[in-house]
This record gives sequence, structure tokens and C-alpha cells, in this order.
Amino acid sequence: MARQATNARYRWLVASRALAAVVGGYALTSAASTLLALLWPLPQAEAVAASTMLSFALYTLIIIWIFASQRLRTVWLGLLGATAVCTLLSWGLLPAGGSL
Amino acid sequence: MKEGFRQSMAWLHTWTGLIVAWVLFFVFVTGTAGYFNYEITRWMEPERPLAGTPLEYDRVALVENGLDRLQQVAPEAEVWAINLPHWAQAQRAWQDYSIEWTTLAQEGHERGMRGSEQLDPATGGLRTDIEPRATGGGRQLYVMHYALHYIDYPLAFRLVGICTMLMLVAIITGVITHKKIFKDFFTFRPGKGQRSWLDAHNVISVMALPFFLMITYSGLMFFAQDYMPAPVAATYGTDRAAMQRFYDELYDDHEHLAVERPQASIADMMEQAVSTWGPDTQLRAVLVQHDRGEPPRVEIGRAYGDAVRWRDNHGLAFHANTGEPLPAKPADSATIQSVQVMYALHEGRFAEPWLRWLYFIAGLLGCGMIGTGMVLWTVKRRKQHAAAGTHFGHRLVEALNVATIAGLPAGVAAYFWANRLLPVELAERANWEVNFLFLIWGETLIYALFRDIRKAWVELLWLAAAAYALLPVVNALTTDRHLGITLPAGDWTLAGFDLTMLGLGAAFGYMAVKVKRRWLAKMTDGAPGGHSTLAGGTR
Repeated sequence: MARQATNARYRWLVASRALAAVVGGYALTSAASTLLALLWPLPQAEAVAASTMLSFALYTLIIIWIFASQRLRTVWLGLLGATAVCTLLSWGLLPAGGSL
Repeated sequence: MKEGFRQSMAWLHTWTGLIVAWVLFFVFVTGTAGYFNYEITRWMEPERPLAGTPLEYDRVALVENGLDRLQQVAPEAEVWAINLPHWAQAQRAWQDYSIEWTTLAQEGHERGMRGSEQLDPATGGLRTDIEPRATGGGRQLYVMHYALHYIDYPLAFRLVGICTMLMLVAIITGVITHKKIFKDFFTFRPGKGQRSWLDAHNVISVMALPFFLMITYSGLMFFAQDYMPAPVAATYGTDRAAMQRFYDELYDDHEHLAVERPQASIADMMEQAVSTWGPDTQLRAVLVQHDRGEPPRVEIGRAYGDAVRWRDNHGLAFHANTGEPLPAKPADSATIQSVQVMYALHEGRFAEPWLRWLYFIAGLLGCGMIGTGMVLWTVKRRKQHAAAGTHFGHRLVEALNVATIAGLPAGVAAYFWANRLLPVELAERANWEVNFLFLIWGETLIYALFRDIRKAWVELLWLAAAAYALLPVVNALTTDRHLGITLPAGDWTLAGFDLTMLGLGAAFGYMAVKVKRRWLAKMTDGAPGGHSTLAGGTR
């Protein structure tokens, strides 16, 4: 029984981490590469293209971090915090109303 | 996951690898074939003549004739192009005389319609060629490596993108897991079961590691804005017009005006181009274009070379009405250059024959990397599952492995067989060729699910061997483009295809013999027939 409990717990931890990587990691990558595009001192289209190109390397690093981290809570808090910061900064950097 | 860094990376490597292995194997097989897509298409259109040296034509007359024709068929165009007969590196073949155009974008459309016509250089009129059989050719295989088949295009390239992203993670974590990368490169311990599979996986993966990294990352670049839409969406917006604005800005696209027949002498421009580039220059095309705010332009292009940035410095521009040379367009920005280098490396359009073979071999090594990884997963777990009784997940992976590693190549061979054996007048013929690929692949999977897995391995490997080895025979029986004719004629494209098929047949035959011998040895070793393994002596 104890073994089954650990098994279920292990599976839950893996699922949570996978979810963190697929949803949280992707959200953070999106937010961070948007911020990078806004900060990069290049003409806008080029900055966007360049940061999009780099985003996949960033995503890889984030996924590695998610799975290498010891504590799952750190992972989720880190993802939420970093995504929030990047999003807010991007919001501030976009010209009033943005192009949206 | 409370283990060390390296253990957690090994875990991530194993599972990201396994989830996407079968799709990636398919992508690698079809993509590798894509490096020879023009050669494959030629083989699949045996009605076309053997390769010969084309006749010489008066290039100026061809251009003038092309302009006549363009004035008739495309009066309201934003670009006219006349392609001259020349030897093209990217296609490894002689390019025919043809015209192409793009009409002005209609109200409410983002771009105009493209059109083209093949012209006969001897008469100047439309070419009346022998119609080759309907076939998907090599292009079909090539397109499947990113668009799959039977699936909506937007869904398909996203699926491939997800698999590619996971492959990138698998490569990086694989390198992290693998600490003695240099030492292990020279380590191969054959006949030691799981150990040997690990060694093989390591050696193959490290051998072409730069290629794998390059091909994976550059593969993501082709759909980068679709895979990661956030930056464009935030700065430009999400609708199609916004995307168009982004691309126009990125590539510095101007509004195009309708082109008119140049008043200056094209003959003079071509002469100038030849004197700039040298008398042996192959002229590729003549382009007529008119951007708003700039003079109407004629561009003389020469055949592309073998530089990675293969498009650079291959055109001279002239004022269409005065004949004055126009300054070259400003160089691309570093960002565009980076994108283009990524594309060029992925597609290998600049590769001369030896480099192209290297691409092909690197692609096969990719199949080898994925294949050995897949086998390693099952070998590692086989004993444990054998002890615990039949395990459906493990059985499924075993079956998928054999069906993919041996069955998919057999399916590709079936695609070529279908090209030769299906009636020429069959409706939807090109579709049926592809259907045969998937029919055979699917059948090998069913076979592998119900057959003793060791027997399935040996038998399906033999099936693939026979399917490839007999292909030149089928070709000889159904066409007059077989080795007996192509070799004496020195048509290395067609002969090369048949010879490569023989080589692939031999390779699969070798694998079949190897696998069979190991299992037989194992069984006579005294191991009870039940659960001996492909790995052999796991101890």
C-alpha cells in the first residue's frame, strides 16, 4: 500500500512538472521573448524576428530548469512571478494602447 | 524527482525522446529523402528523356520572346521573370526555358496570383512535352517531413513543431547526461546487450551532433512566428493584415506597380552582365519589376553558386527605360541574414554533390540515433517486464519500434513500387502512391502487434531488404530506364537511384542477418527460448 501511495505521488509530481513545462514554461517564454523584442535596440520588425528566433533556446533552458529544480513549489512560484514581471514590463513598454 | 541534476536530465532525455521518437523517425526518413527530392522525382517520371547536354540557344532571342508572351498573358503584373536554360546547383539539373509572373494584388487581397508557362526554346511557343505519369515524386516525401499526411496543414506543422521542440530538449539533456562525451566516442562494446545499444546510441548521436542541433533549431525557424506568436502579436497585432505589416517591414517590401516592357536594350544589359561576370557565366533569369518611388528595374541574374548565402551577389540591376546600371540593393540586416543562413543550412540548397551526400548520411545517422534510442528504451525494460509478465505499454512500444524502424522504410519502398505498378490512367494516382506507403506501414504495425516480436524484427527487416533490393528489378521490368540503359548512358541521377536502392536493400539484409544470428546464438546458449532479447547477453 505504501508503495502504491508513493507511486501515485510520484506520478502526480511528474504530471505537475510536465504541466509546468508545457503551460507555465511556454507562457514565460512568450512573455520573456515579447519583453526582449521590446527592449532590443533594433528596428521593431527585426527585434521581433530576432527574439522569436531565440525564444526556442530560452524555452529549452526553462524546461531544463523546471525538471532540474528540487522543489515543485519553487518551480510554479518562479514561473508565475517571472511571467508576471515580464508581462507587466512589456505592458509598460508598449506605446500607449500598443498596436493592439 | 529528488535525484541529482544529471539523473533528472537522464529522465527528461528518456521520456521526451520516447514520446516523439516515432514521429521524428518519420520526419527524418522523409526529410532525408528530401535531400534528393529532384532525383527521386526524375526516377518517378520515367517518361522523361535521359539526361543529355541541352542545345545552345540565343539568350537574347529567348528573353525577347518571353517578353512578347508575358505581355499577352500577364499584362497587369507586379513582376515578370524569364528563366533561361541553365544548370542549377540547387536542383542538380538543367532548368528549362520558362516564364513566370505575379499579377498585381486585387482589391482586398494581400498578394496577386502567380502563374508560369514552360516555353519551347526552339519554337518560342508553349511546350508540348510528353506528359509524365501522375506522381507525387520526391516532393511528396519532402513535404511530408513537415506537413505529414492526411492531416490539416496548420495542425500538422504544429505537431511537427512540438516534436521538434521536444527533440531539442532531448538533444540538450542527452548531452548533459552524457558526461564522457569524448572518451565514449571511441568506445564501442559489441555483443554486450544494453551496454552495446547505449554505446551505439552515443557514438551515432555524437558523430553528427552539430548536424542534429542545426537541423532541429533551424527546423523551428521555418514556422517560428506560428510556434511563438506572442512577440508579433504584442507589437503588431494578431490579424492577417498585422502579420503582413510585420513581414513587409522585416523584408523592406515596397508597393509594386504594374510592369511594362522595358524600352532599353536588354541585349546590352545582358552583354554588360556577361562582361562583369566573365564569358562562361550562366545566366539564370531576367526579372522586370517596378517598386513605387523607384525607377522601373530589369535585373539580370546569374546561376546561384555554392556559398551558404547562395542568393548574394547574383544579380545586376538596370534602369528599364534608359539602360543605366542601378546601384545594388542595400545588404540585408543581420537579422535577415541569420534567418536566411538558418534556412540555407537546413535545406542545403548550396550543397555540391559530396556535401549533399554528407547531408544524406547525416540524415541517416539521425534515423540511427532515433532508432537506437527507441531500441535502448525497450532493451532496458525488457527483463523487468518479462519477469512481471506481459505489459501492454511495453509490448506496444516494441511493436511501434519494429514497425517504424523496419516497416516505415518498407512503406517508402512501397511508395516507389506503387509508382511503377499502378496503372498509369488510374484516377487519383498520385494519392494512391502515398496511400501505399501508409498501408504498408500500418500493416507492419498490425503484424508486429500480433507476431512474436523477435520473429517480427527478423521478418520485417527481410521485407524491407527485399522491397529495396527488388526495386531496380521492378524498374527494369516496367520501364526502359533501368540500370542496363542508364549506366551505359551515364545518367547518374537515374542510375544512382537504382544503386542507392540496392545499397539500402543490402543494409537491411545485413541488419536482418545480424539480428537473427544474435537471437539464434542466444537460444542455443541454453537460454530458455521464452524471453531472450534483441540485446543478446544482458547480464
